[in-house]
Amino acid sequence: MTSRATASTDGVVASGTQAVIRAVGLTKVYGRVRAVDGVSFEIAHGESFGLLGPNGAGKSTTMRIIGGTLQRTGGVMTVAGLDPAESGPEVRAHLGVVPQEDNLDEELSVRDNLIMYGRYFGLPYAYLRPKADELLEFAQLAEWAKAKVGDLSGGMKRRLTIARSLVNEPQVLLLDEPTTGLDPQARHVLWDRLFRLKEAGVTLVVTTHFMDEAEQLCDRLVVMDHGRIMAEGTPRELIRGYSTREVLEVRFGAEHNAVAAERLADVGSRLEVLPDRLLIYADDGDAALRQVAARGLSPITSLVRRSSLEDVFLRLTGRSLID
Amino acid sequence: MADQDLSHAGASGPPGYAVADLTRLAASGGVPDAAVLARRARRWGWWYYIEYWLVNAKAWAVSIGLYMVVMPLVYLIALGLGLGLLVDRGVGTVGGSGGSGGVPYLTFVGPALLVATVVMSVGGELTYPVMAGFKWRRLYWAPRATPVSPQQIAVGHLGGVLIRFVLQSTVFWVMLLLFHAAPSGWSWLTVPVGVLTAAAFGAPLQAYAAHLTDEGYQFAFVQRFVIMPMFLFAGTFFPLSVMPVYLQWIGWISPVWHGTQLARQAAYGAVEPLWLTLVHLAVLLLFTSVGVALARRTYARRLGR
Amino acid sequence: MSTLARPRGRRLAGLYGRNTRAVLERGFKVIKNQNWVVMLSGFFEPVFYLLAMGLGLGGLVGSVPGPGGHPIAYTAYIAPALLAASAMNGAVYDSTWNVFFKLRFAKIYHAMLQTSLGPMDIALGEITMALFRGLLYAVGFMVVMLVMGLVTSRWAVLMIPVAVLIALGFASLGMAVTSFLKSFQQMDIVALTLLPMFLFSSTLFPISVFPAAIQWLVMALPLWHGIELMRDLAVGHLAPATAWHALYFVVLSVLGIWFTAVRLRALFLR
Repeated sequence: MTSRATASTDGVVASGTQAVIRAVGLTKVYGRVRAVDGVSFEIAHGESFGLLGPNGAGKSTTMRIIGGTLQRTGGVMTVAGLDPAESGPEVRAHLGVVPQEDNLDEELSVRDNLIMYGRYFGLPYAYLRPKADELLEFAQLAEWAKAKVGDLSGGMKRRLTIARSLVNEPQVLLLDEPTTGLDPQARHVLWDRLFRLKEAGVTLVVTTHFMDEAEQLCDRLVVMDHGRIMAEGTPRELIRGYSTREVLEVRFGAEHNAVAAERLADVGSRLEVLPDRLLIYADDGDAALRQVAARGLSPITSLVRRSSLEDVFLRLTGRSLID
Repeated sequence: MADQDLSHAGASGPPGYAVADLTRLAASGGVPDAAVLARRARRWGWWYYIEYWLVNAKAWAVSIGLYMVVMPLVYLIALGLGLGLLVDRGVGTVGGSGGSGGVPYLTFVGPALLVATVVMSVGGELTYPVMAGFKWRRLYWAPRATPVSPQQIAVGHLGGVLIRFVLQSTVFWVMLLLFHAAPSGWSWLTVPVGVLTAAAFGAPLQAYAAHLTDEGYQFAFVQRFVIMPMFLFAGTFFPLSVMPVYLQWIGWISPVWHGTQLARQAAYGAVEPLWLTLVHLAVLLLFTSVGVALARRTYARRLGR
Repeated sequence: MSTLARPRGRRLAGLYGRNTRAVLERGFKVIKNQNWVVMLSGFFEPVFYLLAMGLGLGGLVGSVPGPGGHPIAYTAYIAPALLAASAMNGAVYDSTWNVFFKLRFAKIYHAMLQTSLGPMDIALGEITMALFRGLLYAVGFMVVMLVMGLVTSRWAVLMIPVAVLIALGFASLGMAVTSFLKSFQQMDIVALTLLPMFLFSSTLFPISVFPAAIQWLVMALPLWHGIELMRDLAVGHLAPATAWHALYFVVLSVLGIWFTAVRLRALFLR
């Protein structure tokens, strides 16, 4: 653990605590593509940090650079005070990694997957045997211990991958889209477990597409797009900064939306026209709806809801499809 | 004051949405009636799969092309000329198994190498790729969701592979001509013989591969205990009669031997009784038809008819 | 601000976790689980070649000039060559196909590299596994040669370590080559380059049948040295050339390992 005070002058300053992960001007270039383009952030010990962004935003690349399994092109990266490019094995000894795609060893049994993975950290069998059973319990896979990995369902494989990442009792857990492919029950169980690990002092770094997951798990997050950080803050700060308190959704039918939009241009603080509906961003959605009615417009349907991270996300990264 | 931010909402609608006319996209009228499509697929489905196979094979065109040219060259130089020098100077003779006297070793081994190398390539085409179709890459499942039937997929895959072997056998035959290793005017018949032998070994192998559901380590066995022995012991490098009688059965049950003997008749007029020639043909046809029938059945079962 | 410029002496910094042993443990566990039958089957390939070419073709060829120009039976001529060639084939297969598959498809190395293992641990582990397999096959083949009466010298026992040395040379080189490969198609081309080397390096017939220029070319290739070395040991014909052949492989191995070490980042950290 680093004892270096990180009085950082550039990048994002984590609120007063020691940074366990620190990136300054991080860059990764593949040929002409700048997958990560000058990204800076700090993650404090015990914090739960989220990387949000559409596909291809550079989230997974950033994660792999943190673990030293991908060489960066430029910038500074330290994990627990060490440079992962120079001290990959030492850095990864602190880390638990859950990659986006499960990379379990299909040639080993479920239990051996946990044990061999622990051996890669140089952990002794005397520690690993009971630990493997504990982790199987944790992942609710105890009765599958001797099964081949190929026989597990997608959700079971995901649970095993997550259990495997805990074998070295990591200080920092890197979770790349941890709940993709899990059913709602499994997601909630996992969120609960991750929350408890965080309470036990584990630092979490999570990438996700799911805004509810980010709101649930992350103390602080950055929104990435095209390899850059678009915004940074707590979920609440982001919503306050990039959206309004409420959103009014109204539909007039595909042909009439545009006409209605012209007449509603000054309602609320921002208006967005989608092919099927209008979004009116306002602090008071009901008041905005009353204004719509006052102009003699009667939408087919209307809905007032709280603004969410999803609104922030779409505002920052656009609605067009990536890739 | 309203902060007008319509950057994502231009007149043409937001990008990623509604770029095309959806009515036209859903029903332009260009698609014939379902019954017409079904009739077409029933008749031509196997060919549609061949087309698909050929498009896929483009990625391999360079390596397969190199292979087709380099392999005959290397084998003919090394085994025909190099090894041939030893054999021709050696104590025994080959060729003319009916006792019509020796031919140069190159002439003896050339047509046999055509058949044997084609069969070795079959081992690569109809093992792992078949398993990839069912399992690893699930390539068969896309056509399965169309009117094309599992049986047609089976035949189409074999058909695509055989097109490759038409090319491969032709290139080899041209090499034989260049090496003056095919003196007979009928030597072009080595090409259909090569393709027929490929089918005779390929179709049963395809059926076997289709029936496997696990990781495919069995293919290593096929390679080592079927293909390799066939290459070495089924009359390619020396007549079966050189081996003890208790080993000659390896040739009798091998498509390679039957194909090789036919190819030798075509290439340099090796003499064999007519009945034996007919047996060679019958065996190859039998292997092919049984193999195709089994493959069709297995594909139907695994793709849920 | 620090950059990525690395001092030359620290090329391996961050690449080695000093835990090759764990990679080996995984390899042996896999062998124990399922693959030992497949593994044993690999032993039969050179044996089949020996039986077919030796007994079948040998009857037609008779005897050929062996080491030192003394005529020897054709079977005795090809047996050491087949041992060398099988050491080559096994090592190349393990270091190209197997490594590529684990890298791109099974993602075994991805998982390993999430831990405190480094690329160097993996490379050393995989090369050692390849050598272990080579050793097993070599011992098996020697037994076959003994049974067939093809071992005529005590020096022949050295053929086993020499098989491992040949495997080391090719495995280390193969792994470096794999770092340049991007598709299975290119993998096929690797196999295609081995075929002429196998057939031309005096495996089945002496290179004296070729014109001088081709002879020189063959003599530059590694397999020819491996085969000549094996042949000398099999009949106990030790000459200065024998030492040169051995030295060739020692140098090849050192170069191969160096080359692999240089390419580690390109191979695993991409």
